[in-house]
Amino acid sequence: MEETRIDPAAHKKITPSTAMKDLPAVFHKDVTLEIKNLCVAVEGKEILKDFSLTIRSGEMHIIMGPNGSGKSTLCNALMGHPKYEITGGQALLNGVDVVGMDPDKRAQLGMFLAFQYPREIPGITFGNFLRHAVNAIQKTNDPEAKGYGPAQFVPIVQKQFDVVKMDRRFIGRSVNEGFSGGEKKRAEIIQMSTLQPKIAMLDEIDSGLDIDALKIVAGGIQNVFERINMGVLLITHYQRILNYLKPQFVHIMVNGKIVKSGGSELAAELEKNGYEQFVKKASENGMAAQACEMKR
Amino acid sequence: MATKAQEEISKKLSDYQYGFHVDAKSVYKSKKGLTREIVEEISRQKNEPQWMLDFRLKSLGIFNAKPMPTWGGDLSGIDFENIHYYIKPSDRPKRSWDEVPDEIKETFERLGVPQAERQFLAGSGAQFESEMVYHNLQESLAKKGVIFEGTDAALQKYPQYFQEYFGTVVPPGDNKFAALNSAVWSGGSFIYVPKGVHIELPLQAYFRINAENMGQFERTLIIADEGSSVHYVEGCTAPTYSSDSLHSAVVEIIVKKGARVQYTTIQNWSNNVYNLVTKRAKAFQDATMFWLDCNLGSKLTMKYPAVFLMEPGAKAEVLSVAFAGKGQHQDAGAKAVHMAPNTSSTITSKSISKGGGRTSYRGLVRVYPGAKGVKSRVACDALLLDEDSRSDTYPTMDIQEDDVSIAHEATVSKIGEEQLFYLMSRGLSEQEAATMIVNGFIDPIVKVLPMEYAIEMNRLIELEMEGSVG
Repeated sequence: MEETRIDPAAHKKITPSTAMKDLPAVFHKDVTLEIKNLCVAVEGKEILKDFSLTIRSGEMHIIMGPNGSGKSTLCNALMGHPKYEITGGQALLNGVDVVGMDPDKRAQLGMFLAFQYPREIPGITFGNFLRHAVNAIQKTNDPEAKGYGPAQFVPIVQKQFDVVKMDRRFIGRSVNEGFSGGEKKRAEIIQMSTLQPKIAMLDEIDSGLDIDALKIVAGGIQNVFERINMGVLLITHYQRILNYLKPQFVHIMVNGKIVKSGGSELAAELEKNGYEQFVKKASENGMAAQACEMKR
Repeated sequence: MATKAQEEISKKLSDYQYGFHVDAKSVYKSKKGLTREIVEEISRQKNEPQWMLDFRLKSLGIFNAKPMPTWGGDLSGIDFENIHYYIKPSDRPKRSWDEVPDEIKETFERLGVPQAERQFLAGSGAQFESEMVYHNLQESLAKKGVIFEGTDAALQKYPQYFQEYFGTVVPPGDNKFAALNSAVWSGGSFIYVPKGVHIELPLQAYFRINAENMGQFERTLIIADEGSSVHYVEGCTAPTYSSDSLHSAVVEIIVKKGARVQYTTIQNWSNNVYNLVTKRAKAFQDATMFWLDCNLGSKLTMKYPAVFLMEPGAKAEVLSVAFAGKGQHQDAGAKAVHMAPNTSSTITSKSISKGGGRTSYRGLVRVYPGAKGVKSRVACDALLLDEDSRSDTYPTMDIQEDDVSIAHEATVSKIGEEQLFYLMSRGLSEQEAATMIVNGFIDPIVKVLPMEYAIEMNRLIELEMEGSVG
């Protein structure tokens, strides 16, 4: 009901024959996000140190690491959170450096971040929020685009709700308000699935999920990944989500740097032996921090 | 002594002679300043009964005797000598838009007033400067005995209601601006709803100040007889001038046994208008008075819709939204005066300040001795969009009875960096994101508005938010 209340005119105009029943078919190709020697500070403290990684369309990268290794910092800095100061390096999306751009510009270029702690926006329905976001992104790609009206958009987003087995009635609820931890994470996947980004970063999307929810959320990620061939950067503490995903790359991050990269076998190794050996190795050659200091 | 501005006004007024309205020579504009002669002239022009002239003159005396209020907002910019107290744009209210003078009609068409009437109103009125230029009510309601007229016309046609109720809810001595209105009032709406009649669709009046240095002093009187219900909506706008205008209305409402009145205001005066309004209702046994007050415009608004809960079972609800941008001060709130047992009041106030704007919540809850079982709840939330803006809360509780339940809560929050980042990470600009947060903040109140006004409110908030960030 919320949906129609905000814009009744649009509701009236739409007839089944003119309504678009689905999102435009998207299959990303040849997108690269090239993170080069990135240094990030939070409140003056260097967290990310000379970090480099390249993510391409159709690639899924998992970054694992102990608490405080800078994984969330990486995601937030790449998305343009104002608290994360980039003190050196570049993040090139198809050759364009996104460092210094506002978050909305990065989103419009095709970047997406699934939040570890999605924010609540009281009084704004999930459906309306997502519709405005989709329309905003559509408009940057095509200034002539009319955007979806509420009645057009609801059936489209309903489909996305079904994919992650979430009650459709949440479309009419305030964004994340009163959602359980699992519902918030599912809602993040719904946003990703609807916005169809080129590069998606998922920050601890598996935290706080029970095993059933984990399966559903991971299934949702794999589904969008394959459907639109986006590049994925997924941050996690735990190996268990990898039981439901098919990543090509697993990286271990300690103290703001990748200390080892490999395939999914690396995750299995971690599960067996823990982070201990990597943490030790990182502290032994703890030169990275100084490298950044010098750059500034 | 005509100034250039006056000449322009005269020219505009003379333009009204074209088209449908040929007898515009009766149009009148008082000289600037307030004198006994002007009050007498207003009354003479309106062909009023002697008692109304006496009422006006007595009120003028009170106005002159009362000092300016020293609380609330800064009133020092008001120059009572530089105001036109009465401008009569056309001779009498029309029942058809076709008969309304072209320029006035065009004004209201631009404001969407006639369209609104066709689409979702039971009746509508339009005031231009000092007079109602248009007033119309659905035939079916008129047949049921509903009266919806301009206040001046109603005084001529239904003097009995005026002798009984006029000035009884807001007496001239209530405050300086109520006294001023009582002396020079002109226009406004009169509504009478007979026993048991429910008016499903809203009645609307639209108030327009058009001239510079204009004072608009409409006077509205609503009587909802036993078991009846009505929803009255008022909208207000004015052009922007470099010098200030004054709007000082008085609204009196009588809600009889078991009746319900909703009074909705969407105030969007230009930022050179002082908006100093006294609004008050008396609610009798089991009656409900509901004020829904949205203040977006004006330079300074001082307005505290009040309900006097006269008999057991009476209910008061006040929902208010205030938005103060640069150079604006919204000093708004509510009063609930519990004079009888088992009466209840709920006051919810939401305010938003941006660009150095200032909002104040000023409220009163008073419970008289013996008013047992009173319930009252006050909640005021303020949202600040930047460091320069300001919000204050001045709640007064005067509770003279022990057997009552009173709650008061107030919150002030700043628009959050994390919320903005979350929305922007989805592709929304900072301005869109901030607008969304503001619209969400006031949603509990906007939700109560009829759909058409809810859309209008959201649109107005978007306009207010334009250029507010970045």
